[in-house]
Amino acid sequence: MNIIIPMKRVPDTAIQVNVKDGRVALEEVETWVINPYDEYAIEEALRLIERLGEGKITIVTIGPEAAQETIRKALAMGAHEAYHLLDDAFEHLDALGRARVLAAAIEKIGEYDLIWPGFKGVDYDEGQTGVMLAEFLGLPHVSTAITVEEIEDGHAVAKIEAEGGYQHVRVPLPAVITQTQGPNEPRYPTLRGIMGAKKKPLTVWNADDLGLDPDELEPVVELLHVERPPARKAGRILEGEPAEVARELVRILHEEAKVI
Amino acid sequence: MADLALVVAEQQDGKLKKITYEMLTAARQVADELDTEVGVIVLGDGLDADALAADLGARGADVVFVGDDPALGSYAAEAYSTVIQRLVEDEEPTLVLFGMTPMGRDLAPCVAAKVNGGLASDITGLRVEDGELVITRPIFSGQAIATVRVKRPPVLATVRPNTWSAAQPAGDDEADVETLDVDDLPENAVHVLSVEAKESERPELTEASIIVAGGRGLQGPENFHLIEELADLLGAAVGTTRAVVDAGWRPYEEQVGQTGKTVSPQLYIAIGISGAIQHVSGMRTSRYIVAINKDPEAPIFKIADYGIVGDLFKVVPELIQAVKEYKAANQ
Amino acid sequence: MISFTLTEEQRALRELAREFAQKEIAPRAAELDREGRHPAEIIQKAWEIGLMNLTVPEAYGGGGLGVFEECLVAEEFAAACAGVTTTVMANSLALTPIVLAGTHEQKEAFLSPFCAAPNLASFCLTEPQAGSDVAGMRTTYRREGDEYVINGTKQWITNAGESALYVVFATKDPQLRHKGISAFIVPADTPGLSFGKKEDKMGHRASTTRSVIFDEVRVPAFNRLGEEGDGWMIAMRTLDKSRPGIAAMAVGIARAALQASLEYSQQRAQFGQPIANFQAIQFMLADMAIGVETARYQTWRAAWLVDQGKYSRYASSIAKCYATDVAMRVTTDAVQVFGGYGYSKEYPVEKYMRDAKLMQIYEGTNQIQRLVIARALLKGEADGT
Repeated sequence: MNIIIPMKRVPDTAIQVNVKDGRVALEEVETWVINPYDEYAIEEALRLIERLGEGKITIVTIGPEAAQETIRKALAMGAHEAYHLLDDAFEHLDALGRARVLAAAIEKIGEYDLIWPGFKGVDYDEGQTGVMLAEFLGLPHVSTAITVEEIEDGHAVAKIEAEGGYQHVRVPLPAVITQTQGPNEPRYPTLRGIMGAKKKPLTVWNADDLGLDPDELEPVVELLHVERPPARKAGRILEGEPAEVARELVRILHEEAKVI
Repeated sequence: MADLALVVAEQQDGKLKKITYEMLTAARQVADELDTEVGVIVLGDGLDADALAADLGARGADVVFVGDDPALGSYAAEAYSTVIQRLVEDEEPTLVLFGMTPMGRDLAPCVAAKVNGGLASDITGLRVEDGELVITRPIFSGQAIATVRVKRPPVLATVRPNTWSAAQPAGDDEADVETLDVDDLPENAVHVLSVEAKESERPELTEASIIVAGGRGLQGPENFHLIEELADLLGAAVGTTRAVVDAGWRPYEEQVGQTGKTVSPQLYIAIGISGAIQHVSGMRTSRYIVAINKDPEAPIFKIADYGIVGDLFKVVPELIQAVKEYKAANQ
Repeated sequence: MISFTLTEEQRALRELAREFAQKEIAPRAAELDREGRHPAEIIQKAWEIGLMNLTVPEAYGGGGLGVFEECLVAEEFAAACAGVTTTVMANSLALTPIVLAGTHEQKEAFLSPFCAAPNLASFCLTEPQAGSDVAGMRTTYRREGDEYVINGTKQWITNAGESALYVVFATKDPQLRHKGISAFIVPADTPGLSFGKKEDKMGHRASTTRSVIFDEVRVPAFNRLGEEGDGWMIAMRTLDKSRPGIAAMAVGIARAALQASLEYSQQRAQFGQPIANFQAIQFMLADMAIGVETARYQTWRAAWLVDQGKYSRYASSIAKCYATDVAMRVTTDAVQVFGGYGYSKEYPVEKYMRDAKLMQIYEGTNQIQRLVIARALLKGEADGT
């Protein structure tokens, strides 16, 4: 079972990002983490191969030099091998570009049964790359899986989030399955994992290695500028006994805000 | 010939969903400046094209593209994206809107890859500047707002629910009907084996117009009946925070915030929620925010329109009582 | 040559410790403190991911790391809860005598099974009448054939009653002072071993502290560490190694207090503006930061010296004494920054202050540390480099 996890590093979700000069001040971000949905995918993938008794997890990450630390964390958690896609031309990709770069890398890796990214990055909140990747690789896809329940006869059975509940779906492999929050908290890397991560293979590929022409990677979706969200207007604190303020709130919501 | 703004409708049992009308409003708002018609594509099985044309026409659509086939009976990425790809290639629309819904978020990138088009996700603003579409969308879970441009048509976008008002029927204009080619649709590789419906009768979190959310201040899962009772009285969805989900008090489906759902209801009532950035970024675009917390310094009060500083175990029961009285008086 | 750059592994270890501390320890700290509860579930998890017994050699199931790495972890843990950290670090203190003085056979017999499960250990040195005056201990041993028989009472023993192993120092004859002391390993299930009531402490309330009573406790001669009479040397060398870890804990507590003050002072408004705008508050914050940073440097240096084998009692006493004094001052100031709220248990800073106090007392009071430092100075043994 060869599982490839396209993984992204994102600013720590507990920290508010700053906006400066019309863009997100990413240079101020001190802590970068594995994109939480990718981390859930890693956890579910580790559990899947533990259940199957065999399998290999390969991490593929587009990112700057510093992304290596995040990649090592995934290896410390238990992934077996990693590819770091590093090139100036990969710095300002849109989702189409990212999917193209990932598709080229995955085709070059060659052996895969399951491609299992998070359903979106919690940075730009697009949620496009996984599905586009499936299209570029000519693979079927399943979106927002909670987990992969079974592998049988060359198919995967996944439990997915669907409108009004869940679905259990069956998809022939190879396929792309995107992960939403899973039932299991992602594991901590172990001390042994951290010490062993440096010995695991980590290959760096640039645009040339992937046979990609930087011109083809020009973003179609162009980020013009970024601003802070409009400040919410100063609120009103209702004072008084609980019974009074409760009645006053209901009155305001009905008469002034007209929302009930 | 780029003279069409296209809305990809969502329907269930032939009935159009609210998001379709919201997208119609968004498309209509830019169509005049762009000098385009507004078209709606409806895919399904056994659709009533005339009824759709009447309904959508009255709400401002010029043309309805109907794709009717058993293969389109329920959403399937391959078949749906193929029909839309054909239409996009034939009509070369300026703009194609999808809902930021379970269907739209899956379908839109699929179409974008097929037509090699630029897709802006989860948009909350759409305007025309110098004849060009300019899009705004929250990024970093709403911690920042990005303005983006798609450099070449078609401009593809998924539209955040509850952001535009739903187009209302006005007059009795009927939209033209065009029947789409649904031959040779690819078979879907993904098969649904079974469906688990959610037990709750409450509305979907992302679609609810009112959300009642409880945080760690509730002190334990046993106290969430307060949240549920208030939510049910208001016809609201129940939301919660990551801390609560991590503690195992409530299911992940109810989590609002950066690693949960992003919501923008008309009214968000945050109870016992301090307002960590993780959470706030998922709900700050709500129209009205009410906060109930005993800590006057809680950051949630900085974004709340109405705040009550007090013990939620005293305030919420009173609030439930007050809503009951209000409902009794207004029946 | 000097470098403050952590290796990739050290950074990853610190990151892991920080994530673990913030997710698993910090959310439970207030409750553990309030209820004085032993954090068994945290110990279990920390053990699962390999954050226990860091300095025990890998060959015996430990982490195989140095005191420096242990300091990185101790700071992160203590920034979340000092009591939990004391529980964890007590293992290091108790196992170091075995690591230092044990034979290969003893290590295999005791360390390997110990590290293979989420076990705790206790270092039994202090007595009701012998605190700083270690050599005044009254717990005795006598040899009977192939066994030793131990009698006496040890006081303020961390993890007592929860531990699997007790490393005990006892004397052949109190008159012999230092020269009479030997060290023994006593498994928890040894007959005659019993415990006093759980102490109701001011701080570090998540750690369990009891007296340990030895009533005709018999252990095989195999359980003796080193030779008879080596006990004093073993105890002192163990404490020498543990001091940087204590200093690192103090840095963690102080850092948490500074962080809380920094956040609070920017939120709390008085006279129409955040109190962080006032110089009186700014100066306190600056002094806190000066303390935290300098304490960390001395701690790292002391730890590094231990790991280089260039062990300096002078440097590590300075680290322990300075960092713990800093923690006391910084946490006291943090309560001041919070004002009335700081004195309330609703906010975390009064706990930091209570926790900091113990740091100045245990593992050698700061008065004893100063004696050690002064003696080194006067004897020309101030081997700081």
